[in-house]
Amino acid sequence: MANQQPNSGNPRVDIEYRRKKSAEEMRHQVITFALMIFLTIVAFVAAGYEGFSGWFVVPFILILALVQVVFQLYYFMHMSHKGHEAPAMFLYSGAFVGFITIIAFLTVIWW
Amino acid sequence: MSTLAQKKGFGAVLWDYLTTVDHKKIAILYLIAGGFFFLLGGLEAMFIRIQLAVPNNDFVSAGLYNEILTMHGTTMIFLAAMPLIFAFMNAVMPLQIGARDVAFPFLNSLGFWLFFFGGVFLNLSWFLGGAPDAGWTSYASLSIASEGHGIDFYALGLQISGAGTLIGGINFLVTIINMRAPGMTYMRMPLFTWTTFVTSALILFAFPALTVGLFLLIFDRMFGSNFFDPAMGGNTIIWEHFFWIFGHPEVYILVLPAFGIFSEIFAIFSRKRLFGYSSMVFATVLIGFLGFMVWAHHMFTTGMGPIANAIFAVATMAIAVPTGIKIFNWLFTMWGGSITFTTPMLWAIAFIPSFVAGGVTGVMLASAAQDYQYHDSYFVVAHFHYVIVGGVVFALFAGAHLYWPKMFGTMLSEFLGKITFVLFFIGFHLTFFIQHFLGLWGMPRRIFTYLPGQGFDTSNMVSTVGAFFMAAAVIILLINVVITSVKNEKVGNDPWGDGRTLEWAIPSPPPFYNFKQLPLVRGLDAYWLEKMEGKKGMSPAEPLGDIHMPNNSFVPFVISFGLFVAAFGAMYHNEHSWGIPVLIVGMLITLGSMFVRSVKDDHGYHIHKEDLEDNNDKGVKA
Repeated sequence: MANQQPNSGNPRVDIEYRRKKSAEEMRHQVITFALMIFLTIVAFVAAGYEGFSGWFVVPFILILALVQVVFQLYYFMHMSHKGHEAPAMFLYSGAFVGFITIIAFLTVIWW
Repeated sequence: MSTLAQKKGFGAVLWDYLTTVDHKKIAILYLIAGGFFFLLGGLEAMFIRIQLAVPNNDFVSAGLYNEILTMHGTTMIFLAAMPLIFAFMNAVMPLQIGARDVAFPFLNSLGFWLFFFGGVFLNLSWFLGGAPDAGWTSYASLSIASEGHGIDFYALGLQISGAGTLIGGINFLVTIINMRAPGMTYMRMPLFTWTTFVTSALILFAFPALTVGLFLLIFDRMFGSNFFDPAMGGNTIIWEHFFWIFGHPEVYILVLPAFGIFSEIFAIFSRKRLFGYSSMVFATVLIGFLGFMVWAHHMFTTGMGPIANAIFAVATMAIAVPTGIKIFNWLFTMWGGSITFTTPMLWAIAFIPSFVAGGVTGVMLASAAQDYQYHDSYFVVAHFHYVIVGGVVFALFAGAHLYWPKMFGTMLSEFLGKITFVLFFIGFHLTFFIQHFLGLWGMPRRIFTYLPGQGFDTSNMVSTVGAFFMAAAVIILLINVVITSVKNEKVGNDPWGDGRTLEWAIPSPPPFYNFKQLPLVRGLDAYWLEKMEGKKGMSPAEPLGDIHMPNNSFVPFVISFGLFVAAFGAMYHNEHSWGIPVLIVGMLITLGSMFVRSVKDDHGYHIHKEDLEDNNDKGVKA
């Protein structure tokens, strides 16, 4: 697979392919990293700029945070690779259950 | 050197079990501990029924009755049903998927000891100033007001044993995802393995809600916080939501493995492939999913408003659909099958009408408007005993008879097993059927006595008589166990003759490494497939080689013991100065043993190929 080392000693390893994959992987990581820093700056600016009301800033920052989480999971924790289907399923199920709980608490207990 | 069967003294056997990381031995530990708590909970049930047998009875006082009632529910759910389910999961699931052990044998042991110490802690309350008395749901307004340490025992004990359950659930998930034998795809897994999988996922998602709720309760009662105190800005309803977000999936955690056991039984003793296998899997997953959408149907009368009530009512009724799919699949499995009426099959057949009765009252209760009538009456008591006894306990009895040979290598007497079944079946319906009517006539739940002349007298006496039938059935089962153990007549790989899944392809009990060579799975009901082609056992999927095994460890026991000590410190720190030091010492024992576990390398050991060749009569035959 693309995330294995090229020097495994297996004669059937296609080193060219691995190199290309790794380079591509690296490019993705750098782009994502730059984007994440950019999003963080945007979040700070949104919080610091006085022209925006809280009703805009809070949801806006939450959305940015969500994007960052997705970047983190898929590009830095390699969830975009094969073989992560089960962790992904459990992650989303857990997020779903947590979401249901929060929605219920917000709507049923303290509406 | 062979590490196989050597004669051992009592001390060595005890030490072996205290330190074991073998899933089969941990299963036996769960069975013994769960069985013990089952007897304890049963004793409490008998006290309840004796007290209610006649009006104005004074067999126990009102306060003691509340404690017995609370402990009956808590013990039966957390300390009897759960660990007994875990016993069968541990004993059977790794064998069914062709694994040599669970993914984390050390954690398996830790899970058991946490449960055990939590259960012991909870039951010590009887000797240390009174048991919890706010019902097994322990609603916050009541439990915050409860005097003495009863509720503290409840919160701390369940916290410890809940951690063990969570660990066990995660362990089973990883095992099923990662350790299936070659060829064992998801859609070739036996149904008991599937239900174990979904149940473990439910544990993973549901137990954190209980953990959070219990922590809030612990802090409210012992450390001066006010999460549930409306006078201080808290909200008592939060507990109810947390409890039921956990509590409703909990009933599916109990009943799904029961469905799994029955699915195996119907297929084995009808000599047919399970009807509608893929729809069974689908229904199991769907029940697991819907199980999280319905918790508030326990709270229709708390005033959530008509919209919330309507949503939860409809969601609850939806669960009847996948359950109905399962019921029909079981019936169609039997249809045209060559049925043998063994003890497990009797339980399975009796389960269908009993559980359907509980399901029907469940749909009645799900209707929010009707629920205002039924709420807190004996109708509810009858309903949940029909689903939990008629579903889960029947499955535990059936599973005990079915898997006894696989766990211990001996067959329970079929004759005594059938007597147990008849007595329990009669007793169960005698006890709980009449309670539907008691509820409809107006008898409230959780009362310690009632006045004569309200029309409850005869029915309550009938109910109590039924309880004695069930007690007699359990005693006969115990006699059966003793006789079987004393006789000790060993049986072969497949004592029922019609085993379909991998566990029946290896000796009873299996050798400690389970499979000498991992089996090659060629379809659903892998062993049956091979038998139908005239083979004696599974084809191996790998050459004979060294087997890597984990070392035994005493650390899980010590980790759990530390929390047990710490719980006493937390409970008594308000009135005794030694409380905080004990709390710290307990946590140090736990964290210290975790540290030891982390820094000490333990690579396990290998069983060498030569030793495996020595005893060709064991393990998988090629």
